[in-house]
Amino acid sequence: MAGLLDWLTAPQTIFFLSVTMVVFLALQLSAAVMVYAERKVAAFMQQRYGPYLVGPRGVLQPIADIVKLVFKEELKPKAADTLLFAAAPVLSATAAIAAFAPVPFGAATTFFGFLDEPMPLMVADINVAVLVIFAITSMGVYGIVLAGWSSNSKYSLLGGLRSSAQMISYELAYGMSLATVVMLAGSLSLREIVDAQQGYWLGFIPKWYAFINPISFLIFTTAGIAETNRAPFDFPEAEQELVAGYHTEYSSMRFALFFLAEYINMVTVAAVATNLFLGGWHGPFIPEAYGWIWFLLKLSVLCFGYLWLRWTLPRFRYDQLMGFGWKLLLPAATINLLVSAAGVLYFGL
Amino acid sequence: MGLETEFDIPVLTTTVESVVQWARKSAIWPVTFGLACCAIEMMAMASSRYDISRFGAEVFRGSPRQSDLMIIAGRLSRKMAPSLRRIYDQMPEPKWVISMGACASCGGVFDNYAIVQGSDQVVPIDVFIPGCPPRPESIIYAIVQLQKKIAASKMDQTPKVRIA
Repeated sequence: MAGLLDWLTAPQTIFFLSVTMVVFLALQLSAAVMVYAERKVAAFMQQRYGPYLVGPRGVLQPIADIVKLVFKEELKPKAADTLLFAAAPVLSATAAIAAFAPVPFGAATTFFGFLDEPMPLMVADINVAVLVIFAITSMGVYGIVLAGWSSNSKYSLLGGLRSSAQMISYELAYGMSLATVVMLAGSLSLREIVDAQQGYWLGFIPKWYAFINPISFLIFTTAGIAETNRAPFDFPEAEQELVAGYHTEYSSMRFALFFLAEYINMVTVAAVATNLFLGGWHGPFIPEAYGWIWFLLKLSVLCFGYLWLRWTLPRFRYDQLMGFGWKLLLPAATINLLVSAAGVLYFGL
Repeated sequence: MGLETEFDIPVLTTTVESVVQWARKSAIWPVTFGLACCAIEMMAMASSRYDISRFGAEVFRGSPRQSDLMIIAGRLSRKMAPSLRRIYDQMPEPKWVISMGACASCGGVFDNYAIVQGSDQVVPIDVFIPGCPPRPESIIYAIVQLQKKIAASKMDQTPKVRIA
């Protein structure tokens, strides 16, 4: 009993629990921020004001949305599978939140001397972090497929099927582009991959993998958009064809969970891309202890890229999407992988 | 709602009802549903000159399960009436309906057997908009009127009497 109490009051445990809590809440907050950003960016791209009257400059808009959704009636079609219908959104949101666990967002810190030895600023320092993230984000598709299947509606089913087909076409290219980075860094741990990108060439060009291997970065971000079902690859919920896709029959909080999962997935993919290709928390002018500022900056730039693409590009046709995935991205990723392997082998990059 | 100052720190008090009604009136998501030429004006309402998104009401949802407001935009034929009623029934409570334009409100110039003479024969209407077609400003005015109505109503209003 005393041992348990000691463990619970140890600085390491308190720090670990706080980091977990902060990440959990920050992810939910990031979804709200992304909703607001999405509507504002859309508005500015179409020369509108966007949300303006709900709170100062409309900043309370996502809060109004979520409160309204919580207090709406919960509907379930009579023919729907009760258990799976309830489980699908939970599965989606859980996978989205859990995938962020092995993502580091700052340098190891003693938290102003609170800890005896520095701890990395992440929830779980796993040595196979890349694989874990990959596995958990792929779990997210179960939520979508189950939602489509259990709703017992033709639109939902089509949305779910499209999602799984899309996942299969893009997961391979996604994995190949990841493999090049793993090869360059010689590690599967995100923390070590970030540390391998320290330093500068010629004193000012940062040693980011995005510069060593730009094709890999492009393939990763493109496949990441397809992974998170965002425009121009938003087939699972193509509004003009499938009403609302896999969440056609969902209302109220369950629908909000799907929404949450989508935005958190975006943030996670952007965070992973930041760590893999953009040097994570390393950057000039800011001391290492405040590296998370750099991390957030890079993350925001990538997230803005997502919104930018969404409001600029029209949706692909479905067969074009499959063709693009299998005929262009996959061969490009394979060749890129081989060339990088040769580079690592002969030039020791 | 008010700012209490007798404690050490200022405390903002409110009721659940006013917060929920505020949220409901600030996030009215219309269902993507246009019947006739009025729908063009409805689309114009969401575009850059009129910009309904200032009020947080630009999120046109494809699925009635996720919408709060139905804008009956145009003449409602007798063939369309059952579909309209069905979409209305698929929307979750609380839900509101705006009858847009002369045709939806009273049949307009179509005084014949094919057009329903007033969509309030099919679904309960919250706000009627006159005009043929009403300008986007009128629809925005109607949504503001609806917001006032929502803010003044009770949170757990019993489902409205459904007129068959």
